[in-house]
Formats: sequence, C-alpha cells, structure tokens
Amino acid sequence: MIPELGHFALILALGLTLVQATVPLLGSLFRRPAWMAVARPAAFGQLLFMLLAFAALTWSFVINDFSVLYVASNSNSALPLIYRISAVWGAHEGSLLLWGTMLSLWTGAVLIFSRSLTAEMLARVVAVMGMVSIGFLLFMLLTSNPFERLLPAPPDGRDLNPLLQDPGLAIHPPMLYMGYVGLAVPFAFAVAAMIGGRLDAAWARWSRPWTSIAWMFLTLGIALGSWWAYYELGWGGWWFWDPVENASFLPWLVATALMHSLAVTEKRNVFKAWTVLLAIFAFSLSLLGTFLVRSGVLTSVHAFATDPARGVFILIFLAIVVGSSLALYAWRAPRIRSSGRFALVSRESALLLNNVLLLVVTISILLGTLYPLIIDALGLGKISVGPPYFNSVFVPLTAPLAALLGFGALARWKQDRFGRLFRLLRWPLAAAFVLGLGWAALMAPFKVGAAFGLVLALWVIAASLYALWLRVAGKAAPLAALFRVPRGFWGMTLGHLGVGVFIVGITLTSLYSTEKDVRLAPGQSHTMDGYTFTFEGVTHTEGPNYSADQGLVVITRDGRPIATLHPQKRIYHVQRMPMTEAGIDAGLKRDLFVALGEPLGQDGSWSLRLYVKPYVRWIWLGALIMAFGGLLAATDRRYRMARRAEAKLPAGAAAGVA
Amino acid sequence: MWRYLLPLGLFIGLVALLAVGLGLNPREVPSPFIGKPAPQFTLPRLHRPEATVSPADFRGQVWLLNVWASWCASCRVEHPVFNALARRQEVILVGLNYKDQRNDALQWLAELGDPYTVTAMDADGKVGIDWGVYGVPETFVIDKRGIIRLKHTGPVTREVLRDEILPLVRELKKEPA
Repeated sequence: MIPELGHFALILALGLTLVQATVPLLGSLFRRPAWMAVARPAAFGQLLFMLLAFAALTWSFVINDFSVLYVASNSNSALPLIYRISAVWGAHEGSLLLWGTMLSLWTGAVLIFSRSLTAEMLARVVAVMGMVSIGFLLFMLLTSNPFERLLPAPPDGRDLNPLLQDPGLAIHPPMLYMGYVGLAVPFAFAVAAMIGGRLDAAWARWSRPWTSIAWMFLTLGIALGSWWAYYELGWGGWWFWDPVENASFLPWLVATALMHSLAVTEKRNVFKAWTVLLAIFAFSLSLLGTFLVRSGVLTSVHAFATDPARGVFILIFLAIVVGSSLALYAWRAPRIRSSGRFALVSRESALLLNNVLLLVVTISILLGTLYPLIIDALGLGKISVGPPYFNSVFVPLTAPLAALLGFGALARWKQDRFGRLFRLLRWPLAAAFVLGLGWAALMAPFKVGAAFGLVLALWVIAASLYALWLRVAGKAAPLAALFRVPRGFWGMTLGHLGVGVFIVGITLTSLYSTEKDVRLAPGQSHTMDGYTFTFEGVTHTEGPNYSADQGLVVITRDGRPIATLHPQKRIYHVQRMPMTEAGIDAGLKRDLFVALGEPLGQDGSWSLRLYVKPYVRWIWLGALIMAFGGLLAATDRRYRMARRAEAKLPAGAAAGVA
Repeated sequence: MWRYLLPLGLFIGLVALLAVGLGLNPREVPSPFIGKPAPQFTLPRLHRPEATVSPADFRGQVWLLNVWASWCASCRVEHPVFNALARRQEVILVGLNYKDQRNDALQWLAELGDPYTVTAMDADGKVGIDWGVYGVPETFVIDKRGIIRLKHTGPVTREVLRDEILPLVRELKKEPA
C-alpha cells in the first residue's frame, strides 16, 4: 500500500508540476497576476508530494518490504539501518527520486528566500524549474519507477552494493546531487531573465548566492567522493579521471567560472551574454553528466544499471532543455548591451582570463572524456583516454590560473597598472619564493616540481592573506575590523586559501608518496621512509552482513609506536564480493596506509600493500576551506540587505535597480 | 548574429554524436581468441567432482561454453534464456563455473534450473584467465575443429541468441568436422 501511495504521489507531483511550468509563465507573458500567483502553491504542492514519495520509498527500505523490486535489488534484512536508508539513493531509480526531490526543495527555497524578486521574474524562474522537474518526473514514471512491485516477494533482498556500504558514500551522492540540481537555480534565473529580455545587475545579484551555495555542495560532494575512493578502493589514489568523476568535475569548473563572471556582471555591468551562457553551460554539464553515467555510452568503474531506453530518454531531455535554452540565447543575446568599459590591465581582464582558462580546462577534460566515444562513433576503433592525458593538460592550464589569482584579487576595477600591482604585491611574492623554496629544500630529496608547486601555493596563500590585511591595515583596531570585513570578501579569501592548501596537497602527495607491495609472515616487518610496518598476523572476524580477515599491523618509528592499524578484507555474504578496508593512520603531515592483499602459503603470510602519503589530507582540507568560503559568500549581508531594501519598492521598480 | 548561434550548433553536433554513441557498446572489445583453437583444460565436473571434463570431449561437435557464477547478478538475467535453449536440445551447452563455491553453485542450479549438459568447476579462475575472461557472464561458440568462432560478453538475451548465436551454430553444423 505504501509503495502505491508513493507512486501515486509521484503522479500527483507531475500533475502539479505541469501547472507550475505553464500557468505562471503564461501569466508573466500576458500580465495576469492571478496566474503568476499560481507559482507558489503549485511548487509547494509539488514539494509536498515529492517528499511523500521519498518518505514512502524510505519506509519500504526501513521495513524491508522486498515486494518492491528496487528494495529487493538493493537491500537485505541483515543490512544495518543506516545503510538501508542510504540505499534509497544507492541505485538508479532511487537516486533519480533524490534528484527530483532536491529540485523541488531548491524551488521551494527560491520561493522562500527570493521574496524581493518581481512577480514576473519569480513566476518565470519557478516555471523554468518546473519544466526541468517535468523531465525528471517523466523519466522516473516512464522508465525508472522506484515503486515497481516484485510479486511474489523474495524471502530476502540482494543487498546493497558493498562498495556503497560506507558512511562516506552514504552522504556523497546527496551532496553531489544538491550541487548538480542547485545549478538549476542560476540556469532558471538566466532563462527567466532572457525570456523577460532584461539582463541587468539585479539579475546577477539574485543569481550569485544561489550559484555560490550550489558550488559549495558540489565542492563537498566531489571532495567526499575523492576521499571515499582513497580509503575504500585501496589503491591509495584520490582521483582517477574516470568518466563519472569528470562528469562531476566539469560542472564544478564551469560553476567556478560562473561565480567569477557573475561578480563582474553585477559590479561592472559587462560580460552579460557570456555570464548567461556560463549559467546555461553549468547546468547542461550537470545533465550531460547524468546522461554519461546512466546511458552506458562510456565504460566507467561506477557501473549504474544501464539501459538504452533510459539513455534515449535522457538524450531527448538534454536536447530539449539545452537546445531550447541555447536557441533562446541565440535569439536574445544579440540585443544584450554591456555598458561598462575597461582597460587591458584591470580586474575585469583578470577575471576574463580566469574564465577563459577555466573554460579551456573544461573543454580539454570534456574532449578527453568523450574521445573514446568520438573514435568509436566514427568507426576508428576502441581506445581509452587515461590519467596521462588529463594530467598533462590539467597542470599547465591551472598553474597560470593560480599565478593569476594573486593579482586578480587585488587588481582595481576599470583600470590598473602592472607597476602598481607588482609594487603592491612585492612582499607576498618575496614571501612565497622564500618560504616555498625553503619548504621544498626541507623535503628530501629536493625536487624542482615540488619547489614550483610550493611557491605557487604559497603565492596564492600569501596574496590572499595580504589582500585581507590591506582591508584592515590602518584601522584603529585591526582585529575588530577583521570581523567587520564583509562575508563576501571572507568567502573569496577562504576560497583562494583553499586553492593554495589544495595545491600543497597534490604537489607533495604526487611527488613524495611511496608505496610497496610486500610479502610478510606474522612477526616480519618492512621499513619504508623511516616507518617500520610490523605484520602481526590475520584473524577472522564477523560483521553484520560480511565476514572479514582482519590484519594487525603495528607501525613504529625509531622504536616509538606510531599507530596500530586493522586493515580488513571483507566478503559480503549476499553479493559474494570481496572488499578491502584499508587501515589508515591519518595525519596533517602524512597518512600511513595499509591494504591487505591475498593470503600466501601455509605459514600465515600475506601480501600487503604499504603507502606513506605526505600531506594527502591537505587535498580535502583545501576543498573544505573552499566550500566554507562558498557558504560565507552566499550568506553575505548584502543579499539580505538588498532583499529588505527592494521589498520596500513597488513591484517592477526593483528590477530596474542597477 | 551568427556567433550567438555557435553554441547551439556545437550542441547539436554533440547530441548527434551521443545519439550514435547510444547504439554502440563500449564493452564490446574484439577478442584475440576468435579464430584460435580453444584453450585446453581438464577440470572436475560440478555434479561429480571425481570425473573430469575437457574441450577434447566435444571434438567433432559444435558447442557453447558459458562462463557463470552464483555471485554474478547478470548470470541470473541470462539464465532463463539458456533454460529455454536446453529444452530445444539444439546445441551442447557447457558451463564453466568461475571462481565459485561448489555448494553455492549447486544450490543456484537447483533453484533456477540446470540447462548445462555438463559444468566444469574453475574454482581458482585459472582456466578463465586462459580463455581471456574478464567479466562474467561470457559465452563462447566453438566449432567442430575446436576453434573459437564467437565470443559474447555480458548476459545473452533472447535477441542475441536468436540473431547471432543460433544462426552461427546452424552454419557451423554444416561444416565438415
């Protein structure tokens, strides 16, 4: 009964969404306030039914209702409750339901937090988001119904994929989807503004906090995925340039460009057509990512159940959403006039260069991801594009971006001079060189690449801190003044500091990591980078739904105990799938990582894989700092102030505020 | 004006490419084993481990080798297709039970039906390596002279059986031994 109610709720949500996508839009075109006012009840109604459907599916998992095909395929009575709940989004159908529910949540949030929008704009934004919702609801109801019954019900379920039975992966998809779906908001704003033909500073200011918050979720989602891959897959890597990883990274890159471009559009009233295009691209790449993951056109380690019918549906959906918005763009963009002027050396130019570099990186990665498909489609053979390609295009393109970052944050709008910038930044520049080279000299052996990366990272950090210092220097109470620095500026500073920390992490991890495959009998040890790993043997242990061989590895340094690790090799009962659980001793300066291989011989010896990974935590630490910056930027007082100020103006007048 | 149409034009190209891509199978990798003699093995039989089975036993006949395991979800999908094939008794179907526990395998067959003329037990997966198995299920067609003529990766559907495997089997049966 509950699953049928869930199914019914989805159908009702679709009905309301059809209203939400049409009536308010027509109202905005024919100036009927009553029609536009339908946006609010329709969107909240849709949200209510989506939440009901989501609750119904969750309930079916919680009570182990194996008469629901999706539950039977992805759960088991021995599965712990927390994973029965996260199993709701553990496969295709349920993750689509999560997508759809989040889209309604974002629509609801726009209605709640954007009371300052003109009635026309709000009606159009909500209608555009409704159109996207229609696509996802139809996709679910026509090809991927999560409530489909399986009768007679099997006695027990086939269990959740063991790879997904992990706290990191329980929250990674919701974060990532919040980011993907959140990009629908700036997309809807851009399309709504194009429909109205009015792309002004107000439109950019409305879009900014939504872009920042979606970007924050995307950053967290990607970082969580990378962290999970690191400790769960047992390869010691943290990024593999897998098509599915790229699918999440591409919208992130464009969203980063969009955040910067929106700043220019709001402050200086230039780059308008470009910014609209970026808003369309960012969401289009989210949809393209969905297509690539679920249609099976590319091989990936993330095997979603693929089905050609689903691929055809998403492709048609993608063609309609992106094609119509790009057609609208081609129609409206020629009439957009940018009013600001700026010189070659200016903050506008710096941000333009930032956008160009980010977009070139995006295109390079997109090309690498689609290349196997292109070659196959042209009948030229089967190839795969791997990390060597991606690393060799990514590093040379992003290093100039980081170098530019320090200048861009301090350059003046409109016009600046190289001479002034260099004089202003000579101390941070000197500090970056001295500290960076000093740090690299302390790492043994000295490597030119490390020196380069560290100087670059410290340049980003020093320039960002210096910009913050300039904000408070000369004030009577600099420390108190620090608290009065607007959140938007803090957001930028933290975002950039995060980039610096991240560069330290990837530089040192990729250059100084050591790994070794060893065969150890109980009592034997292996010394690597000064750490002695002693293998104390393997014992058998039972988990709730798996059996495991658990190793005991004691790590000492110069005779002092450092850590005791328990790497496991698990066999999950239902899916008979072996899984490695690495033993990790995490630290700010290094991770010690032990993965259990295979048993060898009768004397109890095993093959073990040992890693020492310096500064690997800094990669995710950098991402966390960036994400926090995004949160601060989105909650800047300005946006709340603007809302109150505009609320006092009569409707219609607010849109003209530039 | 034209430069504003450029994004749309590029996008249409991309959609066309993806549409072509949908019709292709990226997992279909040309097998180097096609046209080569089937690798030899001598393995215990699943139902009677004291007896063995070897490709040499089927010399002079056209036969299928299906690699399966009880832990493999896609094998469950293709199993009814093989049950239907077994009822028609048109071709010998040999199972290669890959990296599995004997009890699990027997229980699986008892539950879903046993379409195999005989099943070989490849518990440690060594024979699978010789045959170039990289994903289960896989199905091979072997001719009367012991040459591999077709390899299908992934579950065999009714369509694959009807349009690819059976026509080839009928063709091969006409060839001299």
